[in-house]
Amino acid sequence: MAEILVLVDHADGAVRKPALELLTLARRIGEPTAVVLGAGEAAASIAATAGEYGATTVYVADGAEFADQLVVPKVDALTQIAKDKGVAAVLVTSSGEGKEVAARVALRLGSGLITDAVELEAGENGPVATQSVFAASYQVKSAVSHGVPVITVKPNSAAPEAAPAAGTIENVTVAFTGNAAKVVSRTPRVSTGRPELTESAIVVSGGRGVGAAEGFAVVEKLADSLGAAVGASRAAVDAGWYPHSNQVGQTGKQVSPQLYIAAGISGAIQHRAGMQTSKTIVAVNKDAEAPIFDLVDYGVVGDLFEVLPQLTDEIGAR
Amino acid sequence: MTLRIAVCVKYVPDATGDRGFADDLTVDRDEVDGLLSELDEYAVEQALRISEESDDAEVTVVTVGPDDAKDALRKALSMGADKAVHVNDDDIHGTDVIGTSAILAKALEKTGFDLVLCGMASTDGTMGVLPALLAERLNLPQVTLLSEVSVEDGLVKGRRDGDAATELLEAPLPAVVSVTDQSGEARYPSFKGIMAAKKKPVEELDLDDLEIDADEVGLAGSWTLVESVAARPARTAGTIVTDEGDGGKQLAAFLSAQKFI
Repeated sequence: MAEILVLVDHADGAVRKPALELLTLARRIGEPTAVVLGAGEAAASIAATAGEYGATTVYVADGAEFADQLVVPKVDALTQIAKDKGVAAVLVTSSGEGKEVAARVALRLGSGLITDAVELEAGENGPVATQSVFAASYQVKSAVSHGVPVITVKPNSAAPEAAPAAGTIENVTVAFTGNAAKVVSRTPRVSTGRPELTESAIVVSGGRGVGAAEGFAVVEKLADSLGAAVGASRAAVDAGWYPHSNQVGQTGKQVSPQLYIAAGISGAIQHRAGMQTSKTIVAVNKDAEAPIFDLVDYGVVGDLFEVLPQLTDEIGAR
Repeated sequence: MTLRIAVCVKYVPDATGDRGFADDLTVDRDEVDGLLSELDEYAVEQALRISEESDDAEVTVVTVGPDDAKDALRKALSMGADKAVHVNDDDIHGTDVIGTSAILAKALEKTGFDLVLCGMASTDGTMGVLPALLAERLNLPQVTLLSEVSVEDGLVKGRRDGDAATELLEAPLPAVVSVTDQSGEARYPSFKGIMAAKKKPVEELDLDDLEIDADEVGLAGSWTLVESVAARPARTAGTIVTDEGDGGKQLAAFLSAQKFI
């Protein structure tokens, strides 16, 4: 079977969940192999995890370049491996950096590029990707018609399924091309202990109705009772109540969790563009006319400061 | 030496309108008004700020698009950009992002630049890959997704807030930069700016001017193929209850039935 090359995103020495989703999707269209870049001593354990999720071979490359320069070293590595191994497709996680890496790899391979796929299936002429566009009002199915398909896939597009394979490590020496921006310093984001917004199965978001930065405490308490990530609408972020890194929407993060709970969010197009692909949507809002109620599976017209704590207590009691 | 700043902008369908697709599965531009992509306003803003900090600088806005795309250029000129370049050719219709990056790269080479500034993504396609593609085509460093940017002593410096870390970046000019909506509020055009924009030069270019063959671009030259477009099925109406003291409990019951708790 043809090799489907998966770039394995990792952080703090561990595989990030979206990479396991990519390996799961890759099995639908071919034989998954994995690429692990700049993981240092963690490479072996990351490779082992990739093997558990179906990677027959794991290509490992290390070097200071991966940390010291922006994007280009990863492009160099992925392009080189894709060419040497004659792969049938390249899959990358749809993060800011992932999309940039994929784009440059596509250009170097002379290949078409599809970003932000939410579904992937085998087609007559290679993989067919589904994208959700225009604030999720349309579903577009596309295929790459030229070169080796390079596709980025949004987190939460598939549930990771273990499928043990050899996971044989093959070390790769990369010829770096340079001409990259220098990373002068890197400050890891302080962990809140909550799941990453784009990767979390459940997201609880607060908006203008939360009223103040302190108001987010009820949102956070509910999120913690569900093991959820916390999101915020643009209005709440612009007001300075919550960090931009947590903004859900067109100019923030696009999330696609199993469950999305919107508290005090009206549901303007800017916000809908970031959350409308969520599987189940719940809203709590005082305004019965808020457009968010057009999207919901379940809505409560009420004061979030009454409803959320009661819900949190109920969850705690179960 | 004049610092030549080129800002790539896009004319996009208004997101508050009813966006859709034409029969050839390209974006229907007739049904919805267009405007300058909001995220590109931040790039124009940073170009103007860098220009204001510099002894001698010139800001050129560049777009690829149909006749109406002039509206996007006019907006940028009324904000304060000095001149504009409009690549417009019927054969461009349906070009994908790889082809668009080829056209823009040629237009930028023809225009000349020391710094290319872009918004982080368009508000219609939202791919966010064009700046990286330009860097690849122009063989320049990419300094992208910046929430802060400055130019000094021939270097571009910036801050990139990623999922896992905040990075401080640096590259020599020329370079390709993209900025996020955190880079700084975009200014509103003044009346004076709007009037002045009418007199600013807009250079028109077509594919011949850029020595690009028509079959390299457009739907035929696209390296991706849209197989189908379907409006998302309307959501079945959800259950909506009014809180009368037990809204949280009712919500808990729903979440329990859905096996979330």
